[in-house]
Amino acid sequence: MDVIFRVRRFDGEKSYWSDFVIPAKKGMTVLEGLYYIKENYDGSLAFRASCRMGICGSCAVKINGKPVLACETQILHLNSTTIKIEPLDNFEVIKDLVTEFDGFFTKHEAVKPYLIRKEDRYSEPEELIQKPEQLYAYYKYSLCIKCGACYSVCPASSSRDDYLGPAAMTAAYRFIADSRDEGDGERMQIVCGDCGVWRCHFAAECSEVCPKKVEPAKAVQKLRFRSAIYMLEKFFIRW
Amino acid sequence: MRIRNDIVIVGAGLAGMRAAIAASEVSRDLSIAIVAKTYPIRCHSVCAEGGTAAVMREGDSFDLHAWDTVKGADFLADQDAVEFFVREMPKEILRLDNWGCPWSRTQDGKIAQRPFGGHSFDRTVFAADRTGFHEVHTLYERMLSYPNIVRFDEYFMTNLVIEDGEVKGLTAIELKTGDIVLFEAKVVIIATGGAGRLFGFTTYSHQVTGDGLAVAYRAGVPLKDMEFFQFHPTGLIPSGILMTEACRGEGGYLRNSKGERFMEKYAPAKMELAPRDVVARSMWTEILEGRGLESPYGPYIALDLTHLGEERINERLPLIRDAAIKFAGVDPVEEPIPVRPVAHYTMGGIHTNMYCETPVRGLYAAGEAACVSIHGANRLGSNSTAECLVFGRVAGERAAEYALKKSYYPSTDFLKEEEKRINSLFREGEESAYEIKAELNRTMDENLWIFRNEDGMAEAVKKIIELKERYKNVSVADTSKKFNTDLTFALEVGFMLDLAEVVAIGALKRRESRGAHYRTDYPKRDDERWLKHTLAYYSKDGPIFEYLPVTITKWQPVERTY
Repeated sequence: MDVIFRVRRFDGEKSYWSDFVIPAKKGMTVLEGLYYIKENYDGSLAFRASCRMGICGSCAVKINGKPVLACETQILHLNSTTIKIEPLDNFEVIKDLVTEFDGFFTKHEAVKPYLIRKEDRYSEPEELIQKPEQLYAYYKYSLCIKCGACYSVCPASSSRDDYLGPAAMTAAYRFIADSRDEGDGERMQIVCGDCGVWRCHFAAECSEVCPKKVEPAKAVQKLRFRSAIYMLEKFFIRW
Repeated sequence: MRIRNDIVIVGAGLAGMRAAIAASEVSRDLSIAIVAKTYPIRCHSVCAEGGTAAVMREGDSFDLHAWDTVKGADFLADQDAVEFFVREMPKEILRLDNWGCPWSRTQDGKIAQRPFGGHSFDRTVFAADRTGFHEVHTLYERMLSYPNIVRFDEYFMTNLVIEDGEVKGLTAIELKTGDIVLFEAKVVIIATGGAGRLFGFTTYSHQVTGDGLAVAYRAGVPLKDMEFFQFHPTGLIPSGILMTEACRGEGGYLRNSKGERFMEKYAPAKMELAPRDVVARSMWTEILEGRGLESPYGPYIALDLTHLGEERINERLPLIRDAAIKFAGVDPVEEPIPVRPVAHYTMGGIHTNMYCETPVRGLYAAGEAACVSIHGANRLGSNSTAECLVFGRVAGERAAEYALKKSYYPSTDFLKEEEKRINSLFREGEESAYEIKAELNRTMDENLWIFRNEDGMAEAVKKIIELKERYKNVSVADTSKKFNTDLTFALEVGFMLDLAEVVAIGALKRRESRGAHYRTDYPKRDDERWLKHTLAYYSKDGPIFEYLPVTITKWQPVERTY
């Protein structure tokens, strides 16, 4: 069945739409459609892609208005003869579907998204015990592939450039909830700060669009609870 | 533009990031750059699923892991390197644990292990069936805590600068701007992964085009054992997405159209958990003899997990279930997964010794891009992520020590030359890089697949030479600077053609069957003539071959049965 891909283009100066006819077959994904365009019609079309199995996070784009991974979206499942493909919102466009991700990764980095241990045993590491229930306390939040879908729909991120955003908040919670981590205080300061968790508007759209069902909104909620306790504790210690 | 660092690492997957961390641990005074064509967490290592092998528990031993690896390799592995590798591995698992990797656990909270093909002990450490993903994210996150590691994300390497037998740096296109950048360095480490997109039906990510191998090869560094390419038994049809060996490690069966567990004919002792070359050949034989199941995408074999039950599948193989539903419309809890053997791993690579040193001073290689060799003619499952960790560390440490001793930065005028070369590619030509790549994939899938023979391989060599000729007239229509993937695609196809030539001629020359290289016209292993590594050197008229003895310490070659 032929469908039309209507792709939002940007060449560095001007934006425009390009239409391409794609001979869609059962099982064919939108990403395969984009490659079809590149191979057969227009080699200049720019998009990011790598693993094509929903794990590398490269190919998040807006398809018919919704941010999804192009690699795991089947064309015929969209039930439309014209498919609109655009770059993610809340990200600056570099070319066509390729957007600037440096800022997104810098925000992720800002929450110290790594295990902090009081004693760093690089030369002589030891096995740390973590019961399955302790693992599952944070495991879901470790599944974030940093595709940017959540960030693209976040109203707080779109109105305030300095809000760290749902993916970064999820990363913070993932480590705070890890029984092996000893970096609570350091990280909580960032999370409670001006760019942190209290900026969230609770639209919860982030959880709705997450392709890995990570539920960033839930992570934010849990962080807020911890952050309230942390601030109260700080307040009383000061007094 | 010129950027100067003590150490430049190309490739930000498991091996590259492990190298960066190791170098930084040697000295915080070194400036370390990690350059890659994707953001680090977009690398292909995230696709590793099943696990990472290490001797962790009583009952297992270094000798046993080494023996399994050597036998799996069909005796082409260098045994000193294998012995070193297995001893270093457990610490790497513990380091990742200390850095936050969410390893799957036993009930009492210890790191869990599962069975894997060709291993005679349950020694595969895992994080559900997303092991590579979690290892990559753990290393990336840890890497962020080192102040002297600087990332250059989305820089596409175009050339390596080697002058007077010494590495001087490399050139790359900054994708965002289109500018060509010269990275000057005392040391370069190549960790760019394998070359799996040479084949059409493959588990590899789109980005894995062997850039590092080709660039090193063209600069005069020999490639080793490139004819050995692993075919993983279970690629989902039609996409080729990897269905991890852990499916069988957790108890899954392979069945033919008669419902038989046919592995009992081929490997009665190990059944579905024989090494990959053995299982892939058995499956292909079933298909060739008409016992495959039928589908619109051709014949396939059934990977049956239905008897494992929903709970175990959800706990141990969640990604597999998700992928089978999304990409094949099959829920493995309810029905078998349609699979076929699929191109999966490049055993060969840049020739290094067990210290990751190449013949060029200051140039190192690690991970799938390198050939140490610990995998020989056939890699065991869960030894590849392990290799990246151990030899990533070795490369990083060695590179750091070398860089600390070297007082000067080499200088070079290479940048102008390279700018001229890249700019000359923008032209109207008759040929399409996309079409050339499609034809290359077809000939590789047809003639250098699981069963090979003289005529088929000779045909492939002819075709590759023809494609190389046509490539000289290739067109890069997009002349814009920013994020020009038309240009990078054309460069990748150029890389792949050189590598395909080495694979095909190397395979044609090796008149025996060993590990993954199986010839119907020479079906026996021939230790007298061929117990040796292949080395391929670049020349304008095609590769020049030399051979190198295999290092044997404890284990003399014996017949390989499972």
